[in-house]
Amino acid sequence: MTHAATLAAGMLILLFLVLIASQLLRLSLPALRTFGGRFFVSSVWDPVGEQYGILPFLYGTIVSSVIALLIAIPFGVGTAIFLTEVAPRRIRGPIAFMVDMLAAIPSVVYGLWGIFVLAPLVSQHAAPWLEKYLGFLPLFRGPSYGVSMLTASLILSVMIVPYITAISREILLTVPDDIKAASFALGATHWETIWKIVLPYTRAGIGAGIVLALGRALGETMAVTMLIGNQPQINVSVLQPGYSMAAVIANEFTEATTPVYLSAIVAVGLALFAVTLLVNLAARLLLWRMRVRPIR
Amino acid sequence: MVSGEPAQAEMLDSKMSTRDLNIYYGPRRAINAISLSMRRNHVTALIGPSGCGKSTFLRALNRMNELIPSVRTEGDVLLDGNSIYDRSMDVIDVRRRVGMVFQKSNPFPKSIFENVAYGLRINGLSDKRVIAEQVEKSLRNAALWDEIKDRLYTPALDLSGGQQQRLCIARALAVEPEVLLMDEPASALDPIATQKIEELIHDLKKQYTIVIVTHNMQQAARVSDYTAFFYMGDLIEVDETERLFTKPSRKQTEDYITGRFG
Repeated sequence: MTHAATLAAGMLILLFLVLIASQLLRLSLPALRTFGGRFFVSSVWDPVGEQYGILPFLYGTIVSSVIALLIAIPFGVGTAIFLTEVAPRRIRGPIAFMVDMLAAIPSVVYGLWGIFVLAPLVSQHAAPWLEKYLGFLPLFRGPSYGVSMLTASLILSVMIVPYITAISREILLTVPDDIKAASFALGATHWETIWKIVLPYTRAGIGAGIVLALGRALGETMAVTMLIGNQPQINVSVLQPGYSMAAVIANEFTEATTPVYLSAIVAVGLALFAVTLLVNLAARLLLWRMRVRPIR
Repeated sequence: MVSGEPAQAEMLDSKMSTRDLNIYYGPRRAINAISLSMRRNHVTALIGPSGCGKSTFLRALNRMNELIPSVRTEGDVLLDGNSIYDRSMDVIDVRRRVGMVFQKSNPFPKSIFENVAYGLRINGLSDKRVIAEQVEKSLRNAALWDEIKDRLYTPALDLSGGQQQRLCIARALAVEPEVLLMDEPASALDPIATQKIEELIHDLKKQYTIVIVTHNMQQAARVSDYTAFFYMGDLIEVDETERLFTKPSRKQTEDYITGRFG
């Protein structure tokens, strides 16, 4: 009985996945037929002129997520190491709880905080500083209006840190005390033991946490929509506005009055689905290779 | 010779010795004012029933007890006459000079080669040729080289239990310690692997001062030159191994070695 029930539950999930994918595909076919490959490589998104190219959204989604990840990894893993190896025992629980709470804040609240606190900070302090000292790089050319790729990436990084921390912490706790003791007994410092024993031992698990966080960042909608600037352009400078796939769906699905427009919006959803799936597959493959690679 | 009788420390050519060593776990005292001397290039065995403090005592000799937050140590431990608990003594240096082999073999999840090279690398050695030479030498000293020389780069965890323990010995030897502490190194091994470890201990004492914890009295009798009997945190008696096992001076020692308790 239990057997049959759990099997049914499992099959239902599978059915759901297939259903979502097939319906997305069916509804996006009109747009994909009309524009073909151009749909994915054109940067012109012009509903009035009935031209739909999603490259700016692809770019915005991937770049904002990658930047967020680059910021969140050191903080997330660092916090996990602090909580398992460094912090006095009695403050470990409370701090871990607070980090977990970060994941419980609704994303629209992150968005609001971003608009009223983070965006002004970026436009008045971070952007001018970056422009002044790193402005020779095309990555940091102004002017900044507050809402930008950077602002969205920053808020995303805060949102995904708890995922990285929570999983890394669980994994770090699995490191056997006896191999740490062996390292100390050879005259290793705490720092050397963390870098050369603890982190190599846990890299696959920490990698898995990072993949989960990346998946979360790719799909995050509300906070990004409120902060990325919503301009369908590809700007090399992260101080300029951008757009993401999730944001364009959220902003425009109510306005999509023509069949082709609606189909184009659904096709963006399909592309987002595909990107998330591909990133996850690639990361899993990487993790798997990491695990089976003979250690030296 | 009980802790009350002095002299013992002075009589021997002492490599390591403790003076009125007290160790507490929180409020509980686990080691009671133990003064014991360990002779250079000899094997000292620590025997006694479970919970008698012999492992705690052993870990005081390379300051491993400091990793347990509730442990407090009083008294002194001397290495070549210098206190290892002195402020001027670096704990890293102490542990490099006083190596340790654990009860359960605990190789790193790295290759055989990297296990042995680890201690060299953290001590700042980077010359590949020197590291390779030292790794080979250590593996030879641990009587493991011939068995694994063709698979140095395979995972250490693929080795058998006995091989893993000898690898752990090689790993400890690689940093060229002066003293080797062994905490029941053969308790998890089969008789043949145990015999290999015991032969190894016999060879190693030419170069090292060895302190071994064991609750196997036959093993203590086979490998050690001196045996110290611990009971409930006290050092009851220490003597040349042969004498301690044939003519113990204390009733408690006699009861223990004849199997009347413990």
